[in-house]
Amino acid sequence: MGWIEWQVGSGLNIASILLVVIVVAAMLIWVERRLLGFWQDRLGPNRVGPFGLLQVVADMIKIFTKEDWVPPFADRFSFVLAPTIIMIVILLSFSVVPFAPGVGVVDSNVGVLFVLAMASLGAYSVMLGGLSSDNKYALLGSLRAAAQMVSYEVFMGISLLGVVALAGTFNLREIVEVQENGWFVVPQFVGFLIFLIAGVAESHRLPFDIPEAEQEICAGYHTEYSGMKFGMFFVGEYLGLVLISSLITVLFFGGWHGPFGIGLLPPLVWFALKASAFIAFFILLRAAIPRPRYDQLMSYGWLFLLPLSLINLLVTGVVILAAN
Amino acid sequence: MSELFYAGGLIAIVSTLLVIVQSNVVHALIYLVLSLLAVAVVFFSLGAPFVALLEAIVYAGAIMVLFLFVVMMLNLGQASRDQERAWLPPRVWIVPCTLVLVLLGMLLPQIFEIAAVTNSPFVEVGVKAVSAELFGPYVLAVELGSFLLLAGLISAYHIAKR
Repeated sequence: MGWIEWQVGSGLNIASILLVVIVVAAMLIWVERRLLGFWQDRLGPNRVGPFGLLQVVADMIKIFTKEDWVPPFADRFSFVLAPTIIMIVILLSFSVVPFAPGVGVVDSNVGVLFVLAMASLGAYSVMLGGLSSDNKYALLGSLRAAAQMVSYEVFMGISLLGVVALAGTFNLREIVEVQENGWFVVPQFVGFLIFLIAGVAESHRLPFDIPEAEQEICAGYHTEYSGMKFGMFFVGEYLGLVLISSLITVLFFGGWHGPFGIGLLPPLVWFALKASAFIAFFILLRAAIPRPRYDQLMSYGWLFLLPLSLINLLVTGVVILAAN
Repeated sequence: MSELFYAGGLIAIVSTLLVIVQSNVVHALIYLVLSLLAVAVVFFSLGAPFVALLEAIVYAGAIMVLFLFVVMMLNLGQASRDQERAWLPPRVWIVPCTLVLVLLGMLLPQIFEIAAVTNSPFVEVGVKAVSAELFGPYVLAVELGSFLLLAGLISAYHIAKR
């Protein structure tokens, strides 16, 4: 990319990151259905355009032209506000993600905390969505979502602290630079696993999509939503998937650095490759693992993941102290 | 940074006023979250990004979620909104508003006096500096705080067990 001067926070940078992130999230609708079809010995959508690539366009036309209906019994203010919150907080989280040297929106010294703050604000989206719908299934779904997101945020934060302690900074760009000679997945493997599980629970995708479990509570918190408001919840989920994959790449897998110091490909390509690998892994998880029961999810989190993440942090601290 | 400070402060004041006059409890909670986020912006503009993000994570992100959780479980409907409105007719506001205006009138000159004296330059205090202070001179307060939280945790566990 020698012909354009890339600089963190330039207008071109911000616009292209926003565009790429949203297009990737929209394309994932097709990617997910094709990959699920592949793993389940089906074809998946393959009619519209080459390989069914234009399925996304067809879906978008459908979702934009559908009737955008607000139920008369719903609380209009929170009903309209809810789907915008999830889009806004996840797009804001992308602002601190370092994609490559010179590619990013902000170089913040508190990047990790900013991502956690945005993740905790994301809980309002599902809670307000379910509460304002005035529908028992939606209310049940958002109660489940609230408890699940508040619980898993705790382990998500603690599992990151090991990486922060090793890198000595909350700045995501510096965390990537520290990993030039060795990725944090090796010393922080336990932290990586906890972050992975908490990330799935936080974006409430299968196997942890208990807030929207169709067989039990219709569509959960977005039962009453239609048209583009539903579309925002839908794309918001995929944006969350892209965000979690990018964060795992940045925090544990060396960001734009190639493995073992191999620099064959441009940094941005390494980042995209790793992030796509994790996105594919999350889709495989969806295809492979059944949904747990609600109480199993909660007791697994509080009785297993919380002690494990605390022990991980303690051991990391002891090792760092001993090394100094 | 001072524009950011005034913008954050203005949003905090307006949204807090809206919290007080709302009769719909969910809307009031949304405005309270907005107010806390505005306070976080104020902290950020004063050069304390760590405190700002803790405000967003702990107050706006965790405590307010619990408030909303309780409101969801209580399932307050139109009846509670009507009752709230019946409790707060316009004439109830006269006495508290006068008292607040008197207090404000006494406070404002003091604030401007202080602002004129301390015109200190903008210094950003990072995470490391805050932690060094917390676990240096203030370590006793931190430990006492953690005792208190642990006691709260154990008593909550005990009540939930019964």
